Amino acid sequence: MNNETYTLSVNGTDMPVHDAWVGESLLYVLRERLGLPGAKGACEQGECGSCTVILDGEAVCSCLVMAAAAVGRSVATVEGLNPDGSLTDVQQAFVDEGAVQCGFCTPGLVVAVHHLLDSTPVPDAMQVKEALSGNICRCTGYGRIIAAVDRVVEVRKGSRA
Amino acid sequence: MSQSVTSRRGTLGESTLRPDGAAKVRGEFAFSSDMWHDGMLWGATLRSPHAHARIVRIDTSPALLVPGVSAVVTKDDVPGQLTYGLISEDQPVFADGVVRYMGEPVAAVAADHPETCRRALAAIVVEYEVLPTVHDPEECVAGRAPSIHPEGNIFRTQRIIHGDPTVTGDVTVEGEYEVGMQDQAFLGTEAALAVPDHDGGGVEVYVATQWLHEDRKQMAQCLALPTDRVRLTLGGVGGAFGAREDISLQVHTALLALRTGRPVKMQYGREESFFGHVHRHPARVWMRHHATRDGRIVNIEARFVFDGGAYASTSEAVLINGITHAQGPYKCPNASVTGWAVRTNNPPCGAMRGFGVVQACFAHESQMERLAAALGMSPVDVRLVNAMETGDRIITGQVMDSVAPVAECIRLTDAIPMPPPLGTDPHELSLPGGSGLTAEARHIVRGVGWGVSIKNIMYSEGFDDFATARCRMENGVVTLKFATSEVGQGFVTLAPQIARSVLGVDEVLLDTIDTGVGSAGSTSASRQTWMSGGAVLGACEKVRDAFLAAVATRHGLRPADLSVRDDEVVDSSGAFRMPVRQAAEGLSFDETFEHHHRATEPLDENGQGNCHVAFAFVAHRAVVDVDVDLGLVKVVQVATAQDVGKALNPLSVTGQIEGGIAQGLGLAVMEEIVVTEGRVRNPSFTDYLLPTILDSPVVDMRLVEVPEPLSPLGAKGVGEPPCISVTPAIANAIRAATGRVINRVPVRPQDICL
Repeated sequence: MNNETYTLSVNGTDMPVHDAWVGESLLYVLRERLGLPGAKGACEQGECGSCTVILDGEAVCSCLVMAAAAVGRSVATVEGLNPDGSLTDVQQAFVDEGAVQCGFCTPGLVVAVHHLLDSTPVPDAMQVKEALSGNICRCTGYGRIIAAVDRVVEVRKGSRA
Repeated sequence: MSQSVTSRRGTLGESTLRPDGAAKVRGEFAFSSDMWHDGMLWGATLRSPHAHARIVRIDTSPALLVPGVSAVVTKDDVPGQLTYGLISEDQPVFADGVVRYMGEPVAAVAADHPETCRRALAAIVVEYEVLPTVHDPEECVAGRAPSIHPEGNIFRTQRIIHGDPTVTGDVTVEGEYEVGMQDQAFLGTEAALAVPDHDGGGVEVYVATQWLHEDRKQMAQCLALPTDRVRLTLGGVGGAFGAREDISLQVHTALLALRTGRPVKMQYGREESFFGHVHRHPARVWMRHHATRDGRIVNIEARFVFDGGAYASTSEAVLINGITHAQGPYKCPNASVTGWAVRTNNPPCGAMRGFGVVQACFAHESQMERLAAALGMSPVDVRLVNAMETGDRIITGQVMDSVAPVAECIRLTDAIPMPPPLGTDPHELSLPGGSGLTAEARHIVRGVGWGVSIKNIMYSEGFDDFATARCRMENGVVTLKFATSEVGQGFVTLAPQIARSVLGVDEVLLDTIDTGVGSAGSTSASRQTWMSGGAVLGACEKVRDAFLAAVATRHGLRPADLSVRDDEVVDSSGAFRMPVRQAAEGLSFDETFEHHHRATEPLDENGQGNCHVAFAFVAHRAVVDVDVDLGLVKVVQVATAQDVGKALNPLSVTGQIEGGIAQGLGLAVMEEIVVTEGRVRNPSFTDYLLPTILDSPVVDMRLVEVPEPLSPLGAKGVGEPPCISVTPAIANAIRAATGRVINRVPVRPQDICL
C-alpha cells in the first residue's frame, strides 16, 4: 500500500515523503511522516479549523487537502512561525490574554490570526469574527481570543505610528 | 516532562499565566493524539451499525489476512472482567452476544497504518439479527418495555418527600419540559498510546482522561493485571467536559498492545468520538409550583425522567443531582419529587458539565418565568422574593451552610447595562442567521430572559472523592506531584500559585501527572480547585512547617515564632528575617497530603439526607434577537454574576465563565444529537452545530467574592455554574421576544416560527 515518494515544501524547506500511501491527507503527512504535529485533527471535515495551515498564501484545512496535491506548492505551518523559538506577537498575546485553555484549537487559531492580520492589518470587530468563524474553540467561548487579537492590533498600530 | 514555572511571581489571587501556554501556542504541546513510539501499531474499533441486535456470528479471520494486520480481538480475548463502569459495571468491553446501542464496540484490530485498520475492520464478518429497539424512556418507567439487559431497564428511581407535599398555593403554574442530548464535543478526540512491558505482565498507557486512577482500576480488572502493573500517564487533554470520565478506548488499546507485544496507538475520528463517549442525558421534566399571591413558593411537585441509554455510566448519580436540585436556588418548604433514570437502546449518557442540574434548571427557570407572568411580577422580583440564603433547609432536609449569595448575584446581574439596540443599519453578520444572511432587520424582535442556578460541588451521597498531592522542597526549589487531570481548566497554573503563596518560593516545578502518586479524584463536579487545591495546600503547609522547624533549629529560634511572609522567613519579634531561598539552602523536605471533604450520606427512601458537600450559585440574564419568521436566534449579550468564593486566578475564572456560557448557549439554540429509534443522525461537526466566534455573545460579568469557610482556599469551583442557567435564560428571552411556548431546548427554528 505504501509506495509513493514525493517532496513537499514546508516552512521553506523541501521535505521528502517516503513510501507513502497516496490517499493520505496533508494533515496526516505533516503529523505522522514529517514530525510536524502542530496542526491538529478534530473533525476531518473542514468544519473546525484545528488543522489550519497556509497553502500558497491561502488558509486551508489540511485535513481536506490530499498531501500529494500539495506537491510543488508552498506549505506553512504553526511550526514555521517562530523558527528561532521565540513567540510571535500573536502567540504571546494568546498566552497573556488567557486565550488558551486546553489548547487544541490554538495552533490553528494562531495561524488563522496571522493570516488575517497579514492581509488586513487593522480589522474591525466583524472582520475578526468572520475570519475566525471557521475555527471552533470549545473551551474559551472566544472572549479571550478576541481580546488577544485586539491586543496585537493595538500594539502593531502603535509600532507603526 | 517537568515544566518550569518561573514566568512571574504568581501567587494566589493573581492572573498568573499558564505554564503550558507557550508550548500550546507553538503547537509543541503533546496531546495524547500526538503521542508516538518506535515500532508503533495503530488500533481501531469495529462498532455496531444497529441499536439493538443479536450477534449471530463473528468471523475475524478475513481481517487477519489483510497485509499489515497484527491482531484482531473480540470479547473472547478479554482476559479479565468482561464489563466495566464507573458505578455499575455493566458495559461490555466488547459486545457479548448482543449489541444494545448503535456504535457499541464489537472487535478491535491493530495494524501498521490507519488505512490498513479501516480495511481490516471492513473485512470482519458480523452477522446480526436485528431486534426491536426500546427507545422511549416513558415505556421503561411504565414497565411496558421488554427488558434489554439482565439487570433490567431501570438504573435507579428515587423520590423526595419534604415537608407537607399537600400544601397548595394561591397560584399554581405547571409545565412539561424537555432537554435534548448534548455532546461535550471536546476538540481533541479520544486517543491513547499503550506500551506493553517486556514481560507481557503489565502495560504503560498515555491517555487523555479525567481520572487516571479510576481508569487504572477499571483497566486492571478487565485486563486481569495487578493494579500496579497498569501505569497511566496523562496524555495532553484536548478538553473533557465530562466525556472523559468513563473509559472509552483504554482497555482496547492496552489489550492490543499486550496481545501484539508492541506499542499501539488508538485515536478516534470525530464520528467515532460521537459513538465512543457518553453524552448529556436527554430528559423530560414535569413541574408544578405553588406560590402565595406575593410570590413566595410554598410547594414544588416534580417528576424527572432521564434517558440513560444502553449502559449505566453515571446515570444513578445524574438522577440524584437532578432531583435534589429541583427547587433551584430558591426557598421551598414543601416538595414531592420523583425521578427515574432508565435504560434504552439510545446512546449511553453520563457526565457532562452540569451533571443533571442543567436539566433541572431548565425546568425550574422556565417555571419561574411562568410564575412571574401568573403573578404579574417581574422575573427579577419573583426570584428575589424566593432567593435562597445560608441557613435555609433544602428539600433533602440538608441545611444550606455554603455561602449562598443568590440575591446578590441577581441584583448585580440586574445592574449590568443592557446592550445598545440593534439600530437601523446593523452589520449583517450580527443578525440572526449570521453568514446565511437570511434575516432582515425589520423582522427581528428583541427579548430578555433570566436564569439563576444552584450547583453542588464535589461528589455526593457518601462518596469520599479525596485528592492527593506531594510537595518536595530542595534548596528552595519546589516540585509538586499530583494525579490531577489538567484538561484545560488550569490546575497546572493554580497549583504553583498555592506553593508560592505558602512557601514564599519563586521556582515551582510540576512533576509528570501520572499514577505514581495517590488519586486526585476526577476533574469534574467543579471539584479540583477545592479538592486538589486543598491537597496541594496541605502538602505545602506540611513542608512549610518542617522547613520552619529546621530554620528554627539552625538559627536557635522557636518554630512557633517563625512564619513565611512574601518570600521571607520572619520571626514574630522582628529580630530575624531571611529570604526563603537563603534559609532553605541545604534543606530538603518531602511531604504528601490527602485532602478529604467532609462526609456526606446517602438519601433515605424519602430523599432526605445530607447528600451534598457544598454549593455554588450564579445568575444569568440573556438578551436575544429573534427573526420570528425564520425562527433564527442571535444571542446578543449575556450578563452574569457568579458566586466564586474567591477568585484565585481571575483570568482563569473569566475563561471558565465565558467558555461555560458558550456551551450553555449551544444547548439553548444549537446543539443536539438527534436520535431516531436508537439511530444517531448527526455524528459530525457538519451536522452537530457548535457555537462559533460569530455566535458568541458579549459577556459582561461580575464576580461575587465571599470566601467560602468550608473550602480550603475559600474558593468555590467555577467550571459548571456558567453553563447551567444561561440555557434557560436564553430560552426565556426567546419566549419573551416571541410569546411562543418554549418548553424544550435546544430551541429549534420550528419551535419559533411554525
